[in-house]
Amino acid sequence: MLDWLPENISTYGVKIDFLFYLIYYITNVIFLFVAGFMIFFMIKYRFKEGRKSEYSHGNNKLEIIWTSATTIGVLALAVISAPAWKEIKIDLPEPDIIVQVTAEQFNWRMLYPGPDNVFGTIDDLEIENVLNVPVDKVVHIRLRSDDVIHSFFIPNLRLKQDALPGREIIVWFEAMKTGRYEIPCAELCGFGHSGMLGHLYVHSPEDYEAWINENWPES
Amino acid sequence: MTEENITEINHEEHHKQSIWSKYIFSYDHKMIAKQYLLLGISMLILGGLLAMLIRWQLGYPDEPLPIIGLSDQYMETGEVDGVVDEMWDGWFEDETENWLTMTIPGGVIGPEFYNSLFTMHATIMIFFAIMPILVGCFGNFLIPLMIGTKDMAFPFLNMLSFWVAFIGSIVMLWGFFVPGGHAAAGWTGYPPLSSSVEFSGVDWGQNLWIISLMIMGISSMMGAVNYITTIVNMRAKGMTFFRMPLTVWSLFIVAILLLLAIPVLASALSMLLFDRLWGTSFFSASGGGDPILWQHLFWFFGHPEVYVLILPGMGIASDLLSTFARKPIFGYKAMVYAMISIAVLGFIVWGHHMFQSGMNPALGMTFMFSTMAIAVPSAIKTFNWLGTLKGANIKFTVPMLNTLAFVSMFVIGGLSGIFMASTPVDIFIHDTYYIVAHIHYVVFGGSMFALFGGIYYWFPKMFGRGMNMTLGRVHFWMTFVFFNATFFPMHILGIGGHMRRIANPMQYEYLQDMQWINEFITVSAFMLGLAQIIFFFNFFYSMFKGKKSVDNPWEANTLEWVAPTPPPHGNFLTPPVVYGGPYEYGVPDREEDWLPQDIKR
Repeated sequence: MLDWLPENISTYGVKIDFLFYLIYYITNVIFLFVAGFMIFFMIKYRFKEGRKSEYSHGNNKLEIIWTSATTIGVLALAVISAPAWKEIKIDLPEPDIIVQVTAEQFNWRMLYPGPDNVFGTIDDLEIENVLNVPVDKVVHIRLRSDDVIHSFFIPNLRLKQDALPGREIIVWFEAMKTGRYEIPCAELCGFGHSGMLGHLYVHSPEDYEAWINENWPES
Repeated sequence: MTEENITEINHEEHHKQSIWSKYIFSYDHKMIAKQYLLLGISMLILGGLLAMLIRWQLGYPDEPLPIIGLSDQYMETGEVDGVVDEMWDGWFEDETENWLTMTIPGGVIGPEFYNSLFTMHATIMIFFAIMPILVGCFGNFLIPLMIGTKDMAFPFLNMLSFWVAFIGSIVMLWGFFVPGGHAAAGWTGYPPLSSSVEFSGVDWGQNLWIISLMIMGISSMMGAVNYITTIVNMRAKGMTFFRMPLTVWSLFIVAILLLLAIPVLASALSMLLFDRLWGTSFFSASGGGDPILWQHLFWFFGHPEVYVLILPGMGIASDLLSTFARKPIFGYKAMVYAMISIAVLGFIVWGHHMFQSGMNPALGMTFMFSTMAIAVPSAIKTFNWLGTLKGANIKFTVPMLNTLAFVSMFVIGGLSGIFMASTPVDIFIHDTYYIVAHIHYVVFGGSMFALFGGIYYWFPKMFGRGMNMTLGRVHFWMTFVFFNATFFPMHILGIGGHMRRIANPMQYEYLQDMQWINEFITVSAFMLGLAQIIFFFNFFYSMFKGKKSVDNPWEANTLEWVAPTPPPHGNFLTPPVVYGGPYEYGVPDREEDWLPQDIKR
């Protein structure tokens, strides 16, 4: 079933997919275990005239066993999940590239700081719905919104973050593979929510150089 | 206080009741329960129809609806381009423009109407179908009967609670007919989309949505106060707390949850209404407010609300499971404590709806731990249900089939929840169809199967007649099969990255390969919808023409089966005295395999 996941191209996506698979296998085993017992009991203990059921009100030892087992199990899952979350959303690595993305009904406005790497200067370049980044570089996205809440979603990067009006949120990624990928909006943002779409171009170093030269020829 | 009320009712009973006071403004908890049931069933049908429209749009995006879309009227008016552009202007000015041509021009569900559809499908199902039936109907009907008393503690408040809910429903339905269409910001109503006409194009629809939910909250508060008071003060002699059926326990806990959670929703709704109508900016960043505040308040209510929907199902399932397994429930006290821990933990997990919202990610980490912890009581309940089946003598009646479906589907719904509790995995599946699959496994696979089971089970006590069990079996199997065919593939869509709340998945390249799954789901959903016609027919037919029922058709232990069928005003011929627990099945040294609670061992 997990074959349906879109191809992962981000560094931390590997960790998300690992957790996804891990929980998938664990929950499958639990489900088969519970469903197996249920079906077995349903067949074995189906109604027979004249038979009486076992007169039992439970078993405290079993209660303690399955309570502590599930507690340990789920808390272990939380502990295993924590480092990936910390890496992706809390401990951001130093950026190689910074792009400011402003969401609006129903576009992603990508603002590039230009060669001086400073926003708010004359060489800033704004492109609608197209995000150009180099491969194997840490990219910081300064995420903003002009109107309602949007959610910046790049399935292939395993990246999702709501964009809030009045706040700037920094997210990061490092793409491992070149290509063209889609950037839908994942949070309901109005009648144009469906169809709100940008594109991510992950360039090879040479292509990225060419893209820079094309847009900032004088530098 | 309560004693006075009871004598008051008895006093009234002596007067001959007019139709008005017997069927409309009745004080009798059983009649009020039936009123809630009727309201809930009507809204269930409406909510289901909205779901069918949603599925049409997703299976066949932007194609005209069958039948409606191809009618002459549509072929004529639908081709006028201007209609689309001026969709919401001059609502009733032109006589040729009626509600249908304005809402779905050309028979095509546009994105505006689509947003209203899923918003209202969820709102109606949660607040107007499942809550009125599981909490309103079963709560009113079962609490007095199961704890062995004559009526609710506050019968007048009870009557008021229903009629307030009725007014709330009218206000909500009204929203469909105002210019600008009904609320379209999702059932979660996140501002600024929900707080500003400018952003959504929805004007009074959203206001009415807010006002209606406030009214429903008042109704729920009145019900909650009543349930709590009744359970605490009016239990029959010998009915200790730990002899109460788990259904009563679940409703007791639900009432406490509602009492604590609804004021928070009410305050959030008030702020939203102020933002919309009187220019405050609680949730608007440009005015110094914060849109995240709404999410905190909403989910502080919203997560307990999820348990409001599932806890009564858990209670009902426990009762039905024990009755038809002919075996005491496994770990009664563990079941009670599990429900209490769910209720307590339910108040500290709301942040798991907001992992990607921009809330401090460190806070997300703590919410991950509390969310994982809440899986424990759910697991305890599941294992106890399983333990109940071991060594049982299982009768596969229609209520039991629905109960077994509840248990197995709840297991899937619970396990799929673990994925989103893990914050890194949630980054990917948040706001995708994975969430939609999860919530429907819990609320349809869970609450709805318990609801069906409960209706089949208590129908004879309510109406004095049994439902047709052949139709019941057909309905169950069709529902079970098509439920899974509809909602299981949604997990796959979610894994593929299919966002929630998009009107046309074909607009995205990476979703196009999965469109056949959407089409498959749509066909399954239509079949699921058709199966419910059997249920509704069975329900209304059996009410008048069903086979007359005896007092205790299922040979069950709890007190409602001690009362005559249907129970008269005042319920019991003599006040029952309770000698034992509710699940004494298969008691050794007894000829019958059941032991009613009012019989001395």
